Amino acid sequence: MAIMTAPGTATKPAPAPPRTVSKKGRKVRDNLTGHAFLLGAVFCFALFMWFPMIRGIVMSFQRTRRGETTWVGWDNYSRIIADPSFWTAWKNTFLFTALALVVGYVLPFFVAILLNELRHAKGYLRILVYLPVMLPPASALFLFKYYAYDPSEAGLFNAILKALHLPTSEWMQSPTMTIPAMVIASTWMNLGSAVLIYLASLQNIPGELYEAAELDGAGVWRRIWNVTIPQTRLILALLAMLQIVATMQLFIEPLILANGAGTQDSATSVAYLIYQHGFFQNDLNGAAALGVIMLVVLAAFSAVYVRLTTKQD
Amino acid sequence: MTRTLISQAQLQRGRGRFLYWTVLTVVVAGFTLVFLGPLYWMVTGALKTGQEIAQTPPTLWPHDPQLQNYADAWNNLDLAKLLFNTFYYAAGAVFFQLVFDTAAAYALSKLRPVLGNVILGLMLATLMIPAMVLIVPQYVTAIDLPFIHVNLLDSPWAIWLPLVANAFNIFLLKRFFDSIPEDLIAAAQVDGASPLRTLWSIILPMSRPILGVVSIFAVTAVWKDFLWPKLVMPSPETRTLSVGIYAFSGGTPMNVVIAASVIAAIPTVIIFLIFQRNIMSGLTTGSLKG
Repeated sequence: MAIMTAPGTATKPAPAPPRTVSKKGRKVRDNLTGHAFLLGAVFCFALFMWFPMIRGIVMSFQRTRRGETTWVGWDNYSRIIADPSFWTAWKNTFLFTALALVVGYVLPFFVAILLNELRHAKGYLRILVYLPVMLPPASALFLFKYYAYDPSEAGLFNAILKALHLPTSEWMQSPTMTIPAMVIASTWMNLGSAVLIYLASLQNIPGELYEAAELDGAGVWRRIWNVTIPQTRLILALLAMLQIVATMQLFIEPLILANGAGTQDSATSVAYLIYQHGFFQNDLNGAAALGVIMLVVLAAFSAVYVRLTTKQD
Repeated sequence: MTRTLISQAQLQRGRGRFLYWTVLTVVVAGFTLVFLGPLYWMVTGALKTGQEIAQTPPTLWPHDPQLQNYADAWNNLDLAKLLFNTFYYAAGAVFFQLVFDTAAAYALSKLRPVLGNVILGLMLATLMIPAMVLIVPQYVTAIDLPFIHVNLLDSPWAIWLPLVANAFNIFLLKRFFDSIPEDLIAAAQVDGASPLRTLWSIILPMSRPILGVVSIFAVTAVWKDFLWPKLVMPSPETRTLSVGIYAFSGGTPMNVVIAASVIAAIPTVIIFLIFQRNIMSGLTTGSLKG
């Protein structure tokens, strides 16, 4: 390792030693080396990302029956939209996304502000908040399903509600509580990563800004409103978008907590419907069509988001 | 330390000091209850008998601890097999991600071949595509690979190859490699080192922290993933932990399911407690300055 032992001697990047190969030949060779290094990753991206993206769109206009594939136009789309669960699934997904945004988006921000102010037990609190993120979702959801959301008074949540003299709930067996219950479980599992990202961005806020605001007589809430939020605006906007995309794909919560559809279809999500059609009703083409619809809806969301965030600048 | 929302001085005087310690106590107690409480409930609940579980009000600790539940979970669900499978997939995922994603990031950062930026753009574009949208065409691809017509069901490649297509990792690695001074690489070239040699002897030794982060993320991704392994590993012999527990949950007493869930969660919790610093720094550097 001559290079590493004598850092002082090997300084200037001297011109390459003269070779017999022409300059053009060298360039071609360098490019080939570069592409050789890219090969493995590009192969995997092509096979499992780029090709499926196109294939999903193509599939949504085809129908495969007994090994024979034909073009069917918009048939898959009309069949999927005619499914009685289609609109329920969208309603549930939007409701979940909206509720998760209200709870799961605002909460971590305030948790992060709170943690940033504390001068003690910092490491401990950070570990606690992030711990649920590390659990396999299936494990955590069985905990919620069997112990927390037990509809009898032996369930953890009902026992707490009863001790506080509040009315107990049927949780997953009540169509109105299904989505809030899924939001609670999902927020508990995922809050940690947002808190840590916010904490990192809070630490980048220059202290003088708070100093100046305080000298101007701004109270704690005013300082949050006029300093903290504007200073973390970019990351706030980014995480809002990421969270919407993640929560719109709601799948494992209904599958485990509500055995899929839930009481009176109250848990069916769009992602669950994709799974149902593709892998139970043997309708991969219909599922692909629903996937494309989901992509279009999320793309529309992103477009609105980009409009809103660029307007502010 | 830098000044935050509330000044240090304010927290050290009379009322502020009292308020600070009250808030601190409430937060520490509250967070312990909210985040550790359910885990306590899970570990001890799995020790209770079926009758004790159904008891109102619920008991705080098991009166007659049934270690048998954990033993049942281990034997009936064949957890040893499931654990081995998941470890095996995770180890392979770390290996292939490290090899292919570092090679790609190195090429994009230092070798910069023609169309490199286009390829990077196409890779980053996949970050915008929700996983659920691709699940059907990915599955169709995995059961019948284009041109060679190989079926990947029940083969570990069905888990390893899609995980290499991770734009976030490549982005993370590329940014790290970008910060390694060009002079070092030029010096190595002068000494006649090939690109591979430069990567191996100069870049990789300097990149240990980021390689650690990528490895940990690969392990947790395999451990937490559910739908994809459920689809591509359909037979009981090849299942992962989460999928195996889910498959058995229907006909198994709930204490045993919870006991199995506890066992499934232990490895990730241990990984987290050991590598928490790397995980947290990786999480924030990756998403912040993007």
